[in-house]
Amino acid sequence: MSTEHPDPAAGVGGEVAGGAAPLLEMRSVNAHYGAVHALADVNLAIYQGELVCLLGGNASGKSTTLKTLLGMLKPTSGEVVLDGEVVNDKPTSYRVARGVTMVPENRRLFKRLTVRENLDLGAYLRTDSQQIAADMERVFELFPRVKERLNQKSGTLSGGEQQMVAIGRALMAAPRVLLMDEPSMGLAPALVQQNFELISQIHEAGLTVFMVEQNANMALSIADRGWVLQTGRVVLDDTAEKLLAHPDLQASYLGTAEQ
Amino acid sequence: MTDTASPLVPGEAKALLAPPRPALSHDWRRIVRIGSIAALGQAFIALSNMPVRLDERLIVKPVLSLGYLVLLFLPLAVGYRQGHQTVREGVPVFRPGLNEVVGGFSCGLIAGGGLAVLAVLLANFDLREPLVNWSPILLDLLAFGNQAWFAAVIWLAIGAGMGTVGGVLRLLGPTSRRAVVTMAIAVAGAAVLESLVVDLAEGMGLEALTDRLYDRRGGVNWNSALGLAGVCGILAVAGRGRLRQARSRHAELQGAKRTQANAGLMALAAATLIVLPLFAGKLTNELLANVGLFVLLALGLNVVVGLAGILDLGYVAFFAVGSYSTAVLTAATSPRIAPEMPWLVALIVVVIITGLAGLFIGAPVIRMRGDYLAIVTLGFGEIIRLLFLSDWLSGWFGGSQGITMIPAADIFGLTEVSGTDPRRVFYLVLVFCALAIYVSWRLERSRMGRAWMAVREDETVAEAMGINTVNVKLLAFVVGAVLGSFSGAIFAAKVGSVFPASFLILVSIVILVVVIFGGMGNIVGVIAGAAVLIGVLGGPKQPGLLIEFSEFKLLIYGALLIWMMLARPEGLMPSVRRTRELHQQEMAQDAWLRGEVDDDGGGNRPAGPPVATQS
Repeated sequence: MSTEHPDPAAGVGGEVAGGAAPLLEMRSVNAHYGAVHALADVNLAIYQGELVCLLGGNASGKSTTLKTLLGMLKPTSGEVVLDGEVVNDKPTSYRVARGVTMVPENRRLFKRLTVRENLDLGAYLRTDSQQIAADMERVFELFPRVKERLNQKSGTLSGGEQQMVAIGRALMAAPRVLLMDEPSMGLAPALVQQNFELISQIHEAGLTVFMVEQNANMALSIADRGWVLQTGRVVLDDTAEKLLAHPDLQASYLGTAEQ
Repeated sequence: MTDTASPLVPGEAKALLAPPRPALSHDWRRIVRIGSIAALGQAFIALSNMPVRLDERLIVKPVLSLGYLVLLFLPLAVGYRQGHQTVREGVPVFRPGLNEVVGGFSCGLIAGGGLAVLAVLLANFDLREPLVNWSPILLDLLAFGNQAWFAAVIWLAIGAGMGTVGGVLRLLGPTSRRAVVTMAIAVAGAAVLESLVVDLAEGMGLEALTDRLYDRRGGVNWNSALGLAGVCGILAVAGRGRLRQARSRHAELQGAKRTQANAGLMALAAATLIVLPLFAGKLTNELLANVGLFVLLALGLNVVVGLAGILDLGYVAFFAVGSYSTAVLTAATSPRIAPEMPWLVALIVVVIITGLAGLFIGAPVIRMRGDYLAIVTLGFGEIIRLLFLSDWLSGWFGGSQGITMIPAADIFGLTEVSGTDPRRVFYLVLVFCALAIYVSWRLERSRMGRAWMAVREDETVAEAMGINTVNVKLLAFVVGAVLGSFSGAIFAAKVGSVFPASFLILVSIVILVVVIFGGMGNIVGVIAGAAVLIGVLGGPKQPGLLIEFSEFKLLIYGALLIWMMLARPEGLMPSVRRTRELHQQEMAQDAWLRGEVDDDGGGNRPAGPPVATQS
């Protein structure tokens, strides 16, 4: 969506997945929480225009990966590369300003602020007020419901509406890559379906999406590629179709082979 | 009276009316419970020494002293309270009748029983060891100079009487009830605020009026009291809720008209504040100046606590740094360096110093969250005071002797502001308050204000939005510190000396109470809170309007705070936002009831009755 307008920070513009350099990359990243080894030699590469997913069960390191990409956790070794630049030492705000934006798990809106304030906060680092207004309009086009609720406190919205505001808030940052933390969490089955349709919709509008999911079938049904993470290690790395057909997917991640 | 929602006012609540209940159909358990609470309260008040200390202060001469007045309130309040009925949609409300009167009588009787038992115990046991106010003087007061049995009988009677009055109040229509309440408040107010009224009347040349109203040795003459009550009663009936109408009209205003109305109100308030001191004497101006100093402090703390959500329990530190740096920079007697700067020049340096202090204290503190942060700020507040007190730095700050002979604040050579002329102090404070109000108002609506609120709501997500939470929180700390330093600088010039003992932890607590009491995050609320608490009850060391109560100030603070948490958690003048926050669930429920929230089984479904999934 917002890739349609030129982004001053963008260096990659117009390149297609495949031969070009990845937009966002993790090169043999290790991360620790205290002594706990949360990520072990993780390699990920997200290319412009892709919809990719990272699958894994509980405590497999999915959220840690997101935190590391966003700069809220510093890797103990390895490199996080954004647009060819190693950003290990750059703060979150630097990365957000350069197009990395997250939709947090469980939506996590600022519940006691209005919908408008939430959207404004999404554009916190931007100063181009005209573009911000234009992006706000685009969010309304995408989610007419959000416009109706604009002055309502976001905590009073229904789950589905909150999800829209959460995505809208992220879009207000004019992202080049959207990191989605468990978009299906805490939603009713019908809404999960709707939510994934939404994600593929914004992806088709030109946005690069990286999502982290437990719901493997659902995520792989819309994704191009995927990785499977198990206790901090990437155990599978393939295209969506192959992953779906992969016998180990069930065993390694869904845990059906256990016990 | 505490509950203003009368179920009987048409239009206020769509309550169905049922005939009065039979006289004795009480929920006796409730009556006993309410009455017993009041009885304990009565005994507590008596043993807090309030009645004895306030006995000399005549309210209505020669009938009633303030000491006795404090013992009459609780039975009246519970007598009224017991008749309260919750209005529920579709459930009829009983029309008040004999039942309420009997209930009031019973509640009052039990409440009076508290004092009766206390009087008997006083006569027969000596518990002076733990209870310092357990004295024959108290017994004498309770018994009106007679025996203990007389005290028991008379207090049972008084309690029952007051309770019955409370019950009868339920029978009155809204207009007559308002008249009665206004009359009582008018007389009590006129009597309690005697010094203020006399002070103002002198300024306006109305001594003749006050001479008639008050006895020469204090207290309202009982015939003037009747007259005053009559006038106020008539006014109340004539006014008949016009105030409330005006308020609801104001609340309904939209957009530009509302802005206009607000601007008008603000201009009116500003004009009053500018003109009032001219007519007021020293006492009133002193009071206004003190309130202003606390408004400044509270506005500063409001930025930290109300907007950024950082619970700072050591805010006095910045007040102290502001005062001490002003003292060092302006006073000739400053022990180590004495640059003797003019006050205004010093102020610039003071702001820089306090801002740096804010950074210095803030930097380690804001990395913590929640309870830990509060505890650490508490510690820093004390550390600053102890540093000023310490031998180590006494060469700089004079240790416990402090710094004295701080010169008056010279304002562009136009005027000199010092404690000897509280009117000038007040005007100076007013200027800085206006500045502080403007700054907080602008900040609240700025990008920074939004970032503060985001941090307050969800720090992690705020960070993910690209907000540098550390810087943002640090800035809140610094802004709060600078606003506090203004107050400190004026305080130093006003009082003329600074001592470590002026910056006790109590000051932090009082400022926080003001902010909470007034309504966190709301500028008008904070001002109202300071006016009520500091103006009426007094600050940590400053006397308020109720000079007599200053000894019991903290007791009343505590009681008010508890009442506030129970009845109005959002504060005296809640910001719209705070109300939303605190009544989130109810509002979500309302929204659900109105059908605004369609149920979709979302994880954060607002609390409401379960419902079958639609669509």
